[in-house]
Amino acid sequence: IEVTEKDPCYCCRILMKQAVSVKGVWPLPQSFTISSERYPLNPQAFYFAYGKQSAAQEGCSVLDEAFKRYFSLIFPDYISAYSILQFSEDQPFTVQVSVGLDDCDGYPDENSSEQLYTLCLSTGLETFSQLVYQEDFGSYFVNKTEIEDFPRFQFRGILLDTSRHYLPVRAILKTLDAMAFSKFNVFHWHIVDDPSFPYQSRTFPDLSAKGAFHPMTHIYTQSDVRRVISYARMRGIRVLPEFDSPGHTQSWGKGQSDLLTPCYRGSTPSGTFGPVNPALPSTYKFMATLFKEVSSVFPDSYIHLGGDEVNFSCWKSNPDVRAFMQKMGFGTDFTKLEAYYMENIVNITTALNKTSIVWQDVFDYHERIPKDTVLHIWKGDPASYEAELSRITKAGYRVLLAAPWYINHISYGQDWRNYYTVQPLNFSGTEEQKKLVIGGEVCMWGEYVDATNLTPRLWPRASAAAERLWSDEKQTSNVDKAFPRLQDFRCKLLRRGIQAEPLFVGHCKHEYQGV
Amino acid sequence: MLKFASLLLALSFCQGRQHHNINNDDEVVPVFQASKYSSLWPLPQKVQISEISFKLSGTSFKIVDAKESSAGSSCSILQSAYRRYYEYMFGSAKKQWGGKNRRADLTELHVWITSPDSECDAYPGVTSDESCESFYGGLETFSQLVYEDEYGAKNINSSKISDFPRFAHRGVLLDSSRHFLPIKVILANLETMAMNKINVFHWHIVDDQSFPYLSRTFPQLSQQGAYHPYTHVYTPADVKMVIEFARLRGIRVIPEFDTPGHTQSWGKGQTDLLTPCFSGSKPSGTFGPVNPILNTTYDFMTQFFKEVSTVFPDTYVHLGGDEVDFTCWKSNPDIQKFMEQQQFGEDYSKLESFYIQRLLDIVSTTQKGYLIWQEVFDNGVKLKADTLIHVWKGNQQQYQNEMANVTASGYQTLLSTPWYLNRISYGQDWQGFYKADPQDFKGTDEQKKLVIGGEACLWGEYVDATNLTPRLWPRASAVAERLWSASNVTDIDDAFNRLSLHRCRMVERGIPAEPLFSSYCPHEYKGV
Repeated sequence: IEVTEKDPCYCCRILMKQAVSVKGVWPLPQSFTISSERYPLNPQAFYFAYGKQSAAQEGCSVLDEAFKRYFSLIFPDYISAYSILQFSEDQPFTVQVSVGLDDCDGYPDENSSEQLYTLCLSTGLETFSQLVYQEDFGSYFVNKTEIEDFPRFQFRGILLDTSRHYLPVRAILKTLDAMAFSKFNVFHWHIVDDPSFPYQSRTFPDLSAKGAFHPMTHIYTQSDVRRVISYARMRGIRVLPEFDSPGHTQSWGKGQSDLLTPCYRGSTPSGTFGPVNPALPSTYKFMATLFKEVSSVFPDSYIHLGGDEVNFSCWKSNPDVRAFMQKMGFGTDFTKLEAYYMENIVNITTALNKTSIVWQDVFDYHERIPKDTVLHIWKGDPASYEAELSRITKAGYRVLLAAPWYINHISYGQDWRNYYTVQPLNFSGTEEQKKLVIGGEVCMWGEYVDATNLTPRLWPRASAAAERLWSDEKQTSNVDKAFPRLQDFRCKLLRRGIQAEPLFVGHCKHEYQGV
Repeated sequence: MLKFASLLLALSFCQGRQHHNINNDDEVVPVFQASKYSSLWPLPQKVQISEISFKLSGTSFKIVDAKESSAGSSCSILQSAYRRYYEYMFGSAKKQWGGKNRRADLTELHVWITSPDSECDAYPGVTSDESCESFYGGLETFSQLVYEDEYGAKNINSSKISDFPRFAHRGVLLDSSRHFLPIKVILANLETMAMNKINVFHWHIVDDQSFPYLSRTFPQLSQQGAYHPYTHVYTPADVKMVIEFARLRGIRVIPEFDTPGHTQSWGKGQTDLLTPCFSGSKPSGTFGPVNPILNTTYDFMTQFFKEVSTVFPDTYVHLGGDEVDFTCWKSNPDIQKFMEQQQFGEDYSKLESFYIQRLLDIVSTTQKGYLIWQEVFDNGVKLKADTLIHVWKGNQQQYQNEMANVTASGYQTLLSTPWYLNRISYGQDWQGFYKADPQDFKGTDEQKKLVIGGEACLWGEYVDATNLTPRLWPRASAVAERLWSASNVTDIDDAFNRLSLHRCRMVERGIPAEPLFSSYCPHEYKGV
């Protein structure tokens, strides 16, 4: 293998001699030529090395870890085959990796670490590992291959919901593993919601002590969160936390009194609570403190603020809220109240040097939000989300598409085909508008999902979206052509211990060994 | 001072109605009762749970044979069930609460088998059902009554339960042909079936896609027809293990060898078995259903089913008979000629009947009863009076008509149509499964009695070891209650409450049963 650096943009361009009969790489690289010339790989004489010109050298934690990880992924039965292979006389085979920038200790982020994380880890090592194949006799080969690759969209996310069901940290880490295999690079952690508040806050420990399903067993401690973030970093994955408000906050109210709006029946409080109370100054003080903590715990430069599905009936019932409306001159238009609230929250995060992502509802209510805010589209059928894409980008906002990838909605048969054939840029708008689509996200909402069924429900269905977000659309427009490659990739996932469900009848050489 | 109290699980087999009495006349400790029927699933026929609770300690609790019991310690199925249920009840608690000085109110569960002859080494069958039923059902119910209090201690409330199943045949179908299912997965699901009082494992073992059954008589069938001749087959030892594992849990194993359709994989290892299809006057190179006009076909079937009948001890075998595509038969000139000879005209269902009747004769000689899919009945094949007709087609009205027709003809029947669990959709589809009732059709009481039960089917197109267990449970549990509990147990809210707890219990016992809705279990699934 030679690693060349002809093109400064693709510092981790890897020129691979050999390997094929391999059924392909998922997601499909931008340009990809496999020759029939193949080279044997011997795990006993196989090395990763830093190129001489590489800015990163030994000691680069991300790459050192990745070398170790990918060695086992490339040679999955190395341990058991160890004794047979020790007298090999093969020439050593070295994979050289060169990186243009030494940012080994940084976190993957929007732009800064594209080279190291996207190009080296995803393009280089993951693709290379997928090219290696094992023959019936057990020997490993890789064919001479030339690849030039880069992602179509820079934001390729998966949302997990840890509020409707608690997901043990192990389940999250497993998902991060599988995400890296499909070149996803953002873990959108919908960490709290109505049903439970599992995030253990340093500043407000009562939130989880009272709002989690269980204050000890169903929470994410600070060290759990750090572990998730660092595990993700090693795989080139950003962790984007979502603290959704003012709706979806029932669980917050248990540990923070006076945060939620008391609902009224007639002239007396009914005992139930609605969205966050936007009329009280204490609310904004609390939010500022909480988001200050959140912004220091989560290193990513983005924070997701939610802002979806706010039910106005409780606000309407509350005399104090109505008085506030009058004072502010909002009349009876409660969307103005919501807008007022969201503007305040966005300003809080802006002051913390974070960029906000909010659900599309916030745009729909014509709220005045900073131009760098990202709108997250989640509603409707293709016609309506295409119209929304058009409207939001026309207003100059960046946008993230999730509507066609609500993967928690299951149905009988090969629904991955629907996820695959989405065309994220198929809306009316200028080239400039299209550039504002920064990517997409697969959402696994948690009503019917927990550790028992998360992994097989997510994979390989999410991988279909992964290819749409990474690969060139023209080269990947034929879903039937993708089918055998995805089947092959699914077997690879099984081989790597990911409990990915079958696409249709058939078998894998190495079936899943768990229950 | 309280030394020990004993509990009695008396199982009387003679009357057909069993009473599981849990009595204790010692100290009375009232505890909070969260729900009328706590977490019982499927709901027993009669339940009275009092507020008197007793503590159980893992260090002192024993399940033993009552003195009066007609089955003793030499009865291996009892002993292994005792151990299993001890593990269920105290498995996790043992580690945490091993202290010897914890006081226990209840130290023994006495199992009194009152049946005159307890068949310890026999296989569960249609006739021995009731003894098995009450034994396993009783232990499972007892274990479901045990709950953990806020201190982690195990408790049980004094309860009176009398129980018996509404239907004798409560099955789950697994399909090991479209995807190979490792033995481990099958065993884990047998275990879960027992927790749900499912008593029939319908093993749809072979089909078009693969033939994983390793036949001693015709090893080529799996050698050529399995996905892989070594890694994707069930050896005789595997099959034996499944049957024994099932037996110890009171579960019958009914194998299905579906013919004449659904047999593509058979053709790979057995030449001349399938019908060569023709395009025009030449063989097209493809094959259709089993060739019904050759004597060799029937010789093969005779030998094959002779083996099957010895390998699988159950008194029934499922012969399939569904979805026979006639186009290949029509294309074949030899078959056309045969049709003429037999004066079948153009009616290929007559040819199908011809095949099935000969097959049934063959299988009858092995002393087995048989189940067949409804088409065989629909096509007017002459059947033995004790044939079980398996209804699987149509919408609600159609299957209800079919049930009415089948029973009007005097055949026994079982229902699967509303319980195709492989068909998934978003949301709480278990409620639909729960609402279906196999006796809900127009017919006389005599007809209703001919309904022996039903089966939840998990066909394998989109299911393998990766997703089978969470897809099956707790959705199949909904079917299990419909088939076990009284017909008037239809309160969906109460069912939701109990089923939520029941699914958490399955999770705690290591089964990845998926959630019903947003919620949590005290002990979440650990097997990620």
